[in-house]
Amino acid sequence: MAYEITLLTTMAISILFALSLNFISGFCGQISLGHAAFLGTGAYASAMLTKSSIPFLLTLPVAAIIAGFFGFLIGLASLRVRHDFLAITTMGVGFLFVGIVRKQDFLGGELGMAGIPSPDMSRESFMVFCIILAVIFAVFSLYIRRSWMGFVFESIADNEDVTRILGIDASRFKLAAFVIGTAVAGIAGALYAHHFRYIGPDSFGFVQSVSVLAMVIVGGVGSVWGVAFAAAVLSILPLLVQFIDDYKLLFYSALLFAMMRFAPDGVAGIVQRIFGFARRGS
Amino acid sequence: MMTSAPSHTPVLQVENVTVRFGGVIAVQNVSLTINQGELVGFIGPNGAGKTTLMRVITGIVKPQEGRVLLEGRDLAKDTINERVRGGMALAQQIVQPLHELSMLDNVALACGGAKTASVINSMFYTNREQERDRARSLLERVGLGEVTNALPATLPLGYLKRLEVARAMALEPKLLLLDEPLAGLNQAEAKDLADLILTLNKGGQTILLIEHNLREVLRICPILYVQDNGVPLAFGAADMVMKNPEVRSAYLGGHA
Repeated sequence: MAYEITLLTTMAISILFALSLNFISGFCGQISLGHAAFLGTGAYASAMLTKSSIPFLLTLPVAAIIAGFFGFLIGLASLRVRHDFLAITTMGVGFLFVGIVRKQDFLGGELGMAGIPSPDMSRESFMVFCIILAVIFAVFSLYIRRSWMGFVFESIADNEDVTRILGIDASRFKLAAFVIGTAVAGIAGALYAHHFRYIGPDSFGFVQSVSVLAMVIVGGVGSVWGVAFAAAVLSILPLLVQFIDDYKLLFYSALLFAMMRFAPDGVAGIVQRIFGFARRGS
Repeated sequence: MMTSAPSHTPVLQVENVTVRFGGVIAVQNVSLTINQGELVGFIGPNGAGKTTLMRVITGIVKPQEGRVLLEGRDLAKDTINERVRGGMALAQQIVQPLHELSMLDNVALACGGAKTASVINSMFYTNREQERDRARSLLERVGLGEVTNALPATLPLGYLKRLEVARAMALEPKLLLLDEPLAGLNQAEAKDLADLILTLNKGGQTILLIEHNLREVLRICPILYVQDNGVPLAFGAADMVMKNPEVRSAYLGGHA
């Protein structure tokens, strides 16, 4: 049973993390290749605080605020660079995060932080807590997509210049997407730290950023259900199949490439096509 | 200068605008006033600086000298979206529909200015019905009532040109800027769209029409502004302007 609980907790955290990137890249069309940095920011912030005996639940909003603040700064960069350049910039931010963390003794340097306290609740309750947070954010995402904020995001993802010509301050909306997405990644990071109870700079490196991007692409950019499904499956695959764990970057990169080449609209698109055909057939 | 303007309240004032790109003067000392309710045709041969002046008005290009005022307010510090909020709307020469959205939602988004003004508030609105109703009537007004649910990619250029106009009208602009709306259309389509522009103007809409299609411009615009090589040639009642020898030579290539 303990193993299943670990799997489900890992899954829920991955879903939350993937949906946070989906908010930025899927909804608002702003690519990020360094999203793991915000997972890491939240993880380190929360772990530092619980290690100084601050209750776990109180560290969640702090993790969100700190990650969201850094997200705001990256969002400012997105106002200047777009598309491929934004991808490079965010990738650089990811490397910068790892590079800085490695050198900080108070963050454990290369060795990382071990002995992170358990989150003042049983493993079962923690699993349920993670699932609830993932569900809440999934529902929030679905709601936002229906709202006028989601309407504007769709327009920005489609054509930012046209959005401005319609009198909409696209910059502010992009910043909002970055802040919300990175703040939620920070919360996912806090959960991550207290689930594994060990974090190191390599937990939040390029591989993690590519993995989460793979979840969004495989699920279907912008589709809440598709991304949640892909995150659930892809997060536990490395735990079930040793080969995938050993060759994570290879596996996720190959998957990314295959999806973009053969099914750019992801699992959500494939399902939609199957149902589309079924409807036409009937 | 003679104009048959319905009123003399200036909507747009371009005052002594000069734009240089490096050593090249693209627009030189241009002044232009458009009053409430006017339909002004802005013509000039290729390379006349029409696009540059348009970009100065929308704020994409900053002039080295001079200023642009909308209802008397200097726009120097306003970004393009702020200018649109201030009462300017643009239908672009290269049509740019939002491809993922239906024709209806393309216009509905523009109708929702009140709901998209604040990022925070935009989270709390989910209902689009009111905007869609307005969008539907706008699409009907420009003759696209039949294709409200279509995706833009499935429609011909003539439809998308009208979509640009409908989307701009959805912003309820004080000044409607039309950048070569007739370009790329055949004669019949161009005539239809020109008729629509004239109808909008008759309904009180102030319009600056930048256009290459001289035949249609002369047919619908009572006032003309002509520019060549960045230099203003003439501005006034259409018949007077077309008698101007400099304008004739610019168009016919002869010597004045």
